[in-house]
Amino acid sequence: MSERDGTAVKGAELHKAYGGVLALDDATFSAAPGEVHALVGENGAGKSTMIKSLAGVIRPDRGRVLIGGEEVRLRSPQDALRRGVATVFQELTLLDRMTVAENLMFGREPRGVGRLIRRRDLPAAAEKVLTEHGVDSVDPGELVENLPLHQQQLVEIVRAVIQQPKVLILDEPTSALARREVEWLFGLVRRLRDEGTCVVFTSHRWSEVTDLADRITVFRNGTDVGTHDELSEEDAVSLMTRREVSTAYSQPEQGPERAVVLQAEDLAAPGLHGVALALHAGEILGIGGLEGQGQQELFHALFGLTPTTGQLEVRGKAKHLRSPRDAIRAGIAFIPQDRKSEGLLLSMAVRENLTLPILGQVAAAGVLRPSTERTTAEGMIEQLHIDARWPGQPVGTLSGGNQQKVLLGRWLLADSQILLLYDVTRGVDVATKQDLYSLIIELAGEGRGILFYSSDTDELAHLCHRVLVLREGQIAQELDGPGIPTEDIIGAAFKEETHA
Amino acid sequence: MLERALLSPISGRGEQGPRQLARRRQLVAQNAPLVVAVVLVVGMLAIYIVLYAISLSAFPGTFEAASITDHAIPLSLAAVGQTMVILTRGIDLSVGGMMDLTNALAALKIQGGFLTEALWTVIILLIGAAGGLLNGLLVAFGRIQPILVTLGTLSIFQGLALWVLPSPGGHVATGYTSLFLNPNAPSALLWVILLGLAWVAFRRSRLGVQIFATGNDEQSARANSVPVIRTRLLVYVLGGTLAAGAGVALATTSTGGDATGGDVFTLSSIAAAVIGGVSLFGGRGSAVGAICGAFVLTVLIDILFFANVDPLFQPFFQGLFLVLAVGASTLVGRYLMRRR
Ligand SMILES: Nc1ncnc2c1ncn2[C@@H]1O[C@H](COP(=O)(O)OP(=O)(O)OP(=O)(O)O)[C@@H](O)[C@H]1O
Ligand SMILES: [Mg+2]
Repeated sequence: MSERDGTAVKGAELHKAYGGVLALDDATFSAAPGEVHALVGENGAGKSTMIKSLAGVIRPDRGRVLIGGEEVRLRSPQDALRRGVATVFQELTLLDRMTVAENLMFGREPRGVGRLIRRRDLPAAAEKVLTEHGVDSVDPGELVENLPLHQQQLVEIVRAVIQQPKVLILDEPTSALARREVEWLFGLVRRLRDEGTCVVFTSHRWSEVTDLADRITVFRNGTDVGTHDELSEEDAVSLMTRREVSTAYSQPEQGPERAVVLQAEDLAAPGLHGVALALHAGEILGIGGLEGQGQQELFHALFGLTPTTGQLEVRGKAKHLRSPRDAIRAGIAFIPQDRKSEGLLLSMAVRENLTLPILGQVAAAGVLRPSTERTTAEGMIEQLHIDARWPGQPVGTLSGGNQQKVLLGRWLLADSQILLLYDVTRGVDVATKQDLYSLIIELAGEGRGILFYSSDTDELAHLCHRVLVLREGQIAQELDGPGIPTEDIIGAAFKEETHA
Repeated sequence: MLERALLSPISGRGEQGPRQLARRRQLVAQNAPLVVAVVLVVGMLAIYIVLYAISLSAFPGTFEAASITDHAIPLSLAAVGQTMVILTRGIDLSVGGMMDLTNALAALKIQGGFLTEALWTVIILLIGAAGGLLNGLLVAFGRIQPILVTLGTLSIFQGLALWVLPSPGGHVATGYTSLFLNPNAPSALLWVILLGLAWVAFRRSRLGVQIFATGNDEQSARANSVPVIRTRLLVYVLGGTLAAGAGVALATTSTGGDATGGDVFTLSSIAAAVIGGVSLFGGRGSAVGAICGAFVLTVLIDILFFANVDPLFQPFFQGLFLVLAVGASTLVGRYLMRRR
């Protein structure tokens, strides 16, 4: 461990309990000016709790928080901001019924006569800020709720950066971002670091940690278990989990050719132009390409979320999916990326969230049988290693990664035969990712058809029997696997741009 | 400052078409409920004129215009206050009670020379603010559901009103009345325009933005440095003050004071706000829409009159209309959103 000149931010011997659950148990974390410091650990290790303590969102039960070497009592996020700590939280905090411009310029709007906000000038001012930071993919006049998650994340990051903080904290900033957006972020972070800013970030992707971090602190069970300049992935994982976890990808078997369970012909929707695909039973079919090339639109179309033209056959029967209800009835399940807005009932229990789509099975004559509901839910909590203290814990109080597992568990319980997995490993820790990979392979082995999108190209490369690369809402290339070289997928995604 | 060249820009917004046009269409879609409200006002006025012409073989003149505006003023004020509260994801059921109370007080006290009249107007508005403060304290600090708080204060204000004015009577000084009422010209339109302009300015003030943020998402608003508790408190104070203004306006536009005259405004202010496009989930809406809503509901009564609807059935048709109008507004909004 090396001594740096001073600490920019520090949480010392912090304790935080949530009703008997220790989220932080004597945890210490400190970062210096001019360094990029990664905070890593399993889901539920307490990373976000540490960050929220440093950002003034929660007050730890015990321990001290220091900013710039000075002990502080933070009462609110503004308090922290005033002292130079700006934070991008794991769950985004944009005002979704306002435009990008209103969000970005919040509290710093251009003002005119009588200090009144010049609403007319807002988009232009926001546009300027965005381009200054190298973002020109986001329309400042758009309502945030209409933006895809990765663009919301970009806006959130820019909003934190323009505060010109001394300490910039990014809680899982990359989990929603596409590859080139991650590169953009890394460029930005390095530049800020060189200007003397202290940047703290968390990530479950080890390559990002080694790429970007000057130092790495590992958390386990609410405590820090070491800070290192260099750390190999194996060592990090065994520090995080105290067990040996293979980080090698397991690969699916190439089974015998089986029946087509989902066939689309000439599928079109806004952002999607004439897509044809066939998903077989037992197959993991990957969907690749750059971010925003119609992947989300394709998943939405197949789940009845957008009005669509074209032919669709589910297990040999022509179907017209007018709503998610139609899709669910046809045996299709969709696990979306944004768990906050799409699907989880945050204030309800883990148990209720798990059994929601199968209420019919855990109820007799319309009356819920609590014992059946509980055992069903407990089984799934076990199977997915969901880190819930008791099945009645509200989902909103789980760590981010564990929320994702609940969402997955729900559809596994519903026993859907066609699974649309949209970036399901987002925000999931290394060990759990391995669990999920095996689970997905197992589910396919049982004869389910799985459509798999991931913002992590490595996953597509290793996990899928076939990958369809989308470009501008069309299938640009089909790659056969398993074991497609990652470069091939990236190459196919970029093909046109390299010509230009 | 960060230089652009140093960061690889992430481009690819997709085809944009002419920028100006895209932005204008975006604005229309984002303000769809307001657009619908304006269209409704125009449509209702057209129907009114046609029915009037058919049954009286003449066109409505300034007298009719004045009558409609005069009647729409109290509801406009109440609906604007209601809209502000709803914007923070609250609701103010006490509007009716506050209007009872202030209506009664105005009928008793606003007379006897310019100075006393002005003084009492201020006092009544302050009473409205105080009532709003009570609501606000209970909601913001007491963390009690707005619907429960204002249901309670509704009864309290109604009780106070009956205590002030046990039986109908009293009236506002005629000189004062002419501020609002002028049978020969719709001069009250001036007040409506002022109210609309005040909103446009308010929307551009710090508090205005904070109200929208609070209603959008409390947690996110906090993260954006919005003092949520203070905003909540202030919005109820504003709502109470506007309800008091509405009570005074009601006293001047009706012949005498009545301690139950304001009751209907609890529901009609919510109805006007909703027709005006406010979202009951907070964070979306406009006072201009609420004013439109108030006019729509006012003209509706005249239309029902000309359509020879039995007054007993009026509530039925008003309810039917409300459901249809809100339904249409939602559908049109969705259509505009999708078409982009
Ligand atoms: N409000 C709360 N109520 C109850 N328990 C909570 C609450 N917030 C956090 N916890 C618990 O505290 C623990 C630490 O959570 P935290 O969010 O800090 O984990 P994390 O390291 O950020 O995980 P992830 O990588 O999944 O984001 C978890 O067990 C979580 O369930
Ligand atoms: Mg976290």
